[in-house]
This record gives sequence, structure tokens and C-alpha cells, in this order.
Amino acid sequence: MSAVMTAEAPVAEGRRIGEVILDLQGISLSFGGVKALTNISFNVREHEIRSIIGPNGAGKSSMLNVINGVYHPQEGQIHFHGSRRQKMDPHQAAAQGIARTFQNIALFKGMSVLDNIMTGRSLKMKCGLLRHALYWGPAQREEIAHRRKVEEIIDFLEIQSIRKTPVGRLPYGLQKRVELGRALAAEPSMLLLDEPMAGMNVEEKQDMCRFILDVNDQFGTTIVLIEHDMGVVMDISDRVVVLDYGKKIGDGTPDEVKNNPDVIAAYLGASH
Amino acid sequence: MAEPLKAVEPELDTFPRLLLQHARVRPQRPAMREKEYGIWQTLTWADVAAEVRAIACGLATLGFKRGDRLAIIGDNRPRLYCTVAACQCLGGIPVMLYQDAVAEEMAYVLQDAEVKFAVVEDQEQVDKMLEVKDQSATLEHVIYDDPRGLRHYTQAFLLGLAELQEMGRIHDRNQADFLDGEIAKGSSDDISVMLYTSGTTGKPKGVCQTHRAFIAAARGGIQFDRLTEAEDILSYLPMAWVGDHLFSFAQAMVAGFTINCPESGETVMTDLREIGPTYYFAPPRVFENLLTQVMIRMEDASRIKRAIFHKYLDVARRCGADILDGKPVGLGDRIQYWLGNLLVFGPLKNVLGLSRIRVAYTAGAAIGPDLFRFYRSLGVNLKQLYGQTETCAYVCLQPDGQIKLDSVGVPAPAVDVKLAENGEILVRGPMLLKAYYRRPDATAESINAEGYFMTGDAGFFDEDGHLKIIDRAKDVGKLVDGSMFAPNYIENKLKFFQYIKEAVCFGNGREGVTAFINIDLEAVGNWAERRGMAYAGYTDLASQSAVYELMRECVGQVNEDLATDPKMRGSQVQRFLVLHKELDADDGELTRTRKVRRNFIAEKYAVLIEALYAGRASQRIETQVKYEDGRTGVVAADLRIEDARTVGLDPLKQAA
Repeated sequence: MSAVMTAEAPVAEGRRIGEVILDLQGISLSFGGVKALTNISFNVREHEIRSIIGPNGAGKSSMLNVINGVYHPQEGQIHFHGSRRQKMDPHQAAAQGIARTFQNIALFKGMSVLDNIMTGRSLKMKCGLLRHALYWGPAQREEIAHRRKVEEIIDFLEIQSIRKTPVGRLPYGLQKRVELGRALAAEPSMLLLDEPMAGMNVEEKQDMCRFILDVNDQFGTTIVLIEHDMGVVMDISDRVVVLDYGKKIGDGTPDEVKNNPDVIAAYLGASH
Repeated sequence: MAEPLKAVEPELDTFPRLLLQHARVRPQRPAMREKEYGIWQTLTWADVAAEVRAIACGLATLGFKRGDRLAIIGDNRPRLYCTVAACQCLGGIPVMLYQDAVAEEMAYVLQDAEVKFAVVEDQEQVDKMLEVKDQSATLEHVIYDDPRGLRHYTQAFLLGLAELQEMGRIHDRNQADFLDGEIAKGSSDDISVMLYTSGTTGKPKGVCQTHRAFIAAARGGIQFDRLTEAEDILSYLPMAWVGDHLFSFAQAMVAGFTINCPESGETVMTDLREIGPTYYFAPPRVFENLLTQVMIRMEDASRIKRAIFHKYLDVARRCGADILDGKPVGLGDRIQYWLGNLLVFGPLKNVLGLSRIRVAYTAGAAIGPDLFRFYRSLGVNLKQLYGQTETCAYVCLQPDGQIKLDSVGVPAPAVDVKLAENGEILVRGPMLLKAYYRRPDATAESINAEGYFMTGDAGFFDEDGHLKIIDRAKDVGKLVDGSMFAPNYIENKLKFFQYIKEAVCFGNGREGVTAFINIDLEAVGNWAERRGMAYAGYTDLASQSAVYELMRECVGQVNEDLATDPKMRGSQVQRFLVLHKELDADDGELTRTRKVRRNFIAEKYAVLIEALYAGRASQRIETQVKYEDGRTGVVAADLRIEDARTVGLDPLKQAA
């Protein structure tokens, strides 16, 4: 393999990778005296699958939380769809079309799969609480339209048989799939996935990979992914950014990253 | 000779004509339903006729000619059923393939039938078609129903069914009388469908059935059970199986009733409950699974509920079947049964989706007497039928009110059944196959000079004229002492236990009978859990002493039962072992319809049979297994061999 060091995104067949839609410049984030992220810059292009990898404690989840608006970096700039982002909270991020899943499943355990995914539609609902409670007129029409959308997602993720099952009774792999479903229900333009395959067996991982690729392919959703499983990352990503101790040590196509000496050192445990 | 078929209007002698008739007579009645996006979507007969018209015209645009073969591969989908009819409109021959077959098996059928068009369900099937395209010289077009995941497939021979229909509609607007002309050209002696035999013996053969045969079989069944346009049926068994073609296609087309396609394979139980069919078919294994699930769930229920359940189940066992058959039953029992229906049977049937059943059939394998009685005692009119692919699954049916556990009923209307000297069942009637495709030798072999089809099954008529099946005629062998050995008969008795999933018996030309057993992982697993036994998987569970003890008990009971029949007394199972892996169609051990291939298994596990007869206490075995993704692996185990409890038989000679 040749180690051509260009950060150009490869163009996948049939799926045009577009312009940069998210650009992070010189991001630094610290909690008190602890520096979580130091001067990190990278970008995400439209329609691509962008992975963030790194050893434990490298700052991957913090990075995702910065994109998501949960954390506010002390330094650096974020441009989303060309405009500089001011301080904002996750609610606004969601309104701008960014959805996410969590490292630890954050579903409503007692609610059915259908209802859980329906919660992902809440931002799209216009009618007030009272109307929904009465299930009358526009509220009814709205609910039917949203239910239809949710059913399309259920069909897409092939979870028809567990539609009415309370989430708490499902195996872990399926819960993860439901969580993906809830994120998709918001019809996001950008999807942040925090270790979607952690704790899964091989078959579940294969399924999840296929769904991620299908989401990317069919809906054109841009995906930012944190993952530990190197095989998965190298197989499905268009570009990979590598973090270690809060610093960026590599950025490029999977092949480039694999051959990057700093990355190899970080993963094989060279002394710091 | 059974009762004759009632006369019918002569102009309704092909399926396309029947379809047009329904579209005229009952345009707004539901013809097909499919659950999509969580809601049952209905196609009326008028809709179906329009869909079929568009598909047929689309196919014609692609150059489909009379007599061309069109393969149909996929789960039960309305548009695939429509495609069957569309193909028939053009005088083509639909070839039904099992959707779970691997690409290689499909390649054989595609070549054998010289298939030119394939209409498939989704990406999974398209991928298989791409895999075998090079081997199938005649295959020109692959048309898919569900476009998901196929956006980037650029092959020129691929086309979406929706696009095909669009082409068809344009064609239909330009030449409005084209399709009616094609339908008018059809004759009732044209081949209406090709169904492949399961291949229990050798390579699968294409069975060519005419419109006349299937319409006769459908009419006979409808007349026998007084089916009407109001029936609802759940279409969930493979479309390539003759039974589904008879119930979901032929009978629906003749009677004009509604077929319901489940959402997916995993949701069948939910869909069954939502639809509540009035007419239902399931192989014994489905009824068995249902019962197993009910029993497992009842074990976990509270003590009071369990007590009520068992009390009324006893009542049902005592008088339920008699009430269903209209026999005299005492007032006390009637009141108890009525109460039981209120408290237990009614809710139970509702949960299972069997509340509205008027007629339910089972066939394909023998059904356990306990299992059969259970459903009948609940008031489910479960009956057995007998037939094969070559006879449109239509030879014998059990009449209402005359149900026997071990017979398959009386000859169906217009069917002539007789027995050969060796006990083989011979059948004649309008529903016989026209020929095996391109196999005149096989056709000549299976139909004798008088026009009887030789079923290959051995059986006899009882005093009431009900047919009783013992086994495959060629499987019936003899033990060394000359007594009859009917392996299937014994295997079925073993399989009637919920803990035993499969059994394979050996004994032809030997001194005694031995058996391989597959435990039912779900039932035995649950049994083990309740006893707090730990196990890692099938192989581990199958080798545990407690499980062997359980199997010994089951085999012992079968032996007691066999000992009561003087003909079967010598066939008691003397030694057995529990196999280390489940028999699997992917490994060639079962046919796609899940029948055991005894000879193949005997060859593959020759070393185990050797050990059974040599009297060894254990035997090491390594077996190659094929995983679902096509990779292979090896399973190895030391198998224990045990003696079974027998009644009044000398034990096998101990050679070792």
C-alpha cells in the first residue's frame, strides 16, 4: 500500500461526497485543569462517513459532544454549513439536523420500540400538548403522518417483529438498532454515532455496519462515527481522524491512517 | 370412487379468466392484503386485475412469448402472486423457486427449466441471480419488486417491477385489446405452473401442472369444505410449495376469497392474530411450536392460572373433540366446556389467532395424536389431508365430523384411489400432473398403464374407507427376522414428544432398530433451565446425562406403544444416541421441506451406525457444517450411546 498523504476524500461510486459542511478549527476544551482536547482541526464533508478513533480517554466522546453542542470549547471555531456557530445547546443542534446515539443506550426502557422511535419525531411536531392529548383534528393528522415516517424507519431497520415490544426486554444489539432508529426519526442531515457497535457480537456488528452504510447511501446522511473496532472503521469509513491524549495525530483515508507511524505508535503503545 | 365434482361454467377454465370474472363480479371485495408500514393494505379484485394487467403488458414489452418460463422467487408478496397470474395471461409458465435456496440450487432449476425471466423479491434474491447469471444461459431479464439497496446496480438486465408495470400501462394504452386477446388464446390444458419436487430422491424434478388440474383440485377442496368468497387465509408458507399454490393461489382464484401476506417471517404469529383467518393451513411443526410456546408460557404463569388452565384442558380433552364432531355429550360436560371456553379456550384461541377458524388443515408430515387432539378439543376444526406435488396436494381429505387421528381421510371429490399389491397407494383423477418437465422417463415411470400415479407411499384403507399411511413404500424394509420395519412410522412416534425435534431410525436388514435423535433446543433448553442446569449450546446440552435420561424415557414410551401392535413389536428402538448437531437442510441432511434424507444421513454418519450396532458406549465424530453465510466449520464431539428400555425383546448382540 502506498502512503499518499492527501486528505482528499475518495469519491464512492454512486454517492457523491460533497462540500465541507462542518469545519472545526483549533478546538481546545478543558475541564478545570484537565485538557480534554488540544488545538484540534478537521472537517466533515457532506455525505461522507467520517470516523473518530483513538485509545481510551483520547477525547473522542468529548469531540462528539463539542459537535453536538453539549460542551463549549474554550478556543477554536466551528463552522456548520458555512456559518460560524455561536454558543448553542444540544436542542439547537438537533434543530439544525444533527442527531446522535449514545455510548450507553439512552432509551425509555418501559416504552415500546414504536414509541421510542416516535420520541425522535418530537421536534417535528407542531401541535400543542392539549391537542395531542385530545387527539383531535390537526393533531390526529400529524400523528398519522409521523407514525407513517416511524413505520418507514421500522421497515428500514427490519424490526417489524418487535414493534410493540418494550425496549427493556430486547437484547442489547436490538436496543442499539432501536436507538439508531430514534436518531433517524429526526431525519438528520448529520448523524453522530458514539460506539454503535460496542459490546456486540460479530453478527450484530455486521448488521449494524450494513444499516450504517444503508443510511448513508439511501438518505445521504453524513455520518460521524466513534468506534473501537478497527476492522469496522477501516471497512466503512471514507476518512478517519485519530486522536490520542486530546491531540490529533492522524487524518486521512483508512489506508493512510493505517500506515501513519504516529498512529501505529499510539496503538502499539510506544512511550509518550 | 369419491363423489363427482359439480359442473362449472366452461368459460372459467383458466386462471386469467377466473381473475377477470372476479374483477367483474366482486370488484370491491378484498383479494389480497399485505401489512406494510404497520398497516394492512388491501388490494381489491379490481386492483389485482389492474396490477396483473400492467405486469403482463410490461412483460410483453420485454419480449415475453407464449410458453416462456418465468421464475418467481421471494416471500409471499401480493405482487409476486400477481406476477404468477400475469405470466399465465401471456401463456407463459411460472416456475416457483424456494426463496431460501442457495444460489447453486437455484442455478439448477433455472437451467433445468430454461428460465428466461426471473421476478424476484429483493436485493438478496437479485444477488443470487447475479451469482448464477453466467451459468444460466437462457436467463435474460431479472425483475425485482423491492428496490431497496439496488440503486447502484447498473446491470442492463435488471429492472424494477414498478418500472415494468409503468411500461406495461403504456403498452396497454396503445394496444388495449392485446392482453384480452392473449387471455383468449389460453387453453385449460396449458401448463399453468411448474413446481419442483423437494428432491428427497435425487435431483428435483419440475412438475408441470395444467390449469385444468389445479382448478379441479381447487374446486374439489372448495366443494368438500364449503368454502366461500368470505374466507380469509394467511399466506406464509413458501410460494414454491404445492400447498401454498393450491390454497393461496388456485383456491383463492376459484372461490374469490382473500389472501393475507404477513409482514415478514418473524411477524407471522402477530399477523396471524391480527387477521384471524377462517381457513388455515400449517405443517404439524407450526402447530407443535404454537403448543410448545403456550406450554412454556403456562409453566411461568401463576399457580392459580396454571390450575385453571389444566383443569379446563382436562375437560376439553374429555369432551371437546366430541362436541366439535357433533356427537352426543352430557349436559354437565357441556356446561363445563362452555365455562372452559369462556375462561381458557376462547382467550387462548384468540391469542393464537385461531378464533375464527372454520377449517384448518395440516399435512406434510404425521401429526402427533396428542397435538392433534389438543387443537380439536379446543374447538379448532383441524383436519388432515394427503397429497403431493404431482397431485396438486389433493388426494384425500378428512370430512367434518369423521376425524380419525391416524388416517388422512377419504378420497377427495373426483379422485380415484386404489392400492397396489405391495400396498403402494395409486391415484387417478383430473388433478394429476401433465408431465415432469423434460423427463419423459420419469413421467413414464410414475404413471402406470391404467393412468394411475404411483405415489410411492405405502398404506391401507380401514373399515370406514379412510386411508391410513404407513411410510414411503421403498423405505418399508425388513429386519433380519423378517418382521416389518417402517422407519418413518417410528420416527414420527418419537417426534411427537415436544423434546424431540428430529429422529432417524435404522434397521433394514439388521437385527434390531436403532435411532439418532435431535433434541428440540427450545423445549429441552427450557426444561433444563427450570432444573437449573447450565449449558453452553446445542452440542453441550445434547450430551448431558439428564438429557439422555429424558430421551431414554421418551424412547421407552414409544417402545411400549410399539409393543402393543403385533406388526410393529419387533421394531422397538433398542439403542439410540443424541446427535451433536441439528440436522440441517444447508448440510444436505434435510430437504428444503424439512424431511430427513435417511440414506444421505446413513452414509454421512456411517461410523455412528457402526458404533450403535457394535455395542460401543461412545463414539467420536467430526462433522463439517455449513454456516448461513456459506463458510464451513467443523463440529466434533464424543457421542454417548445408550440402550433403550424395550418390552419383551432380546437386547441386541453386544459385539464389542
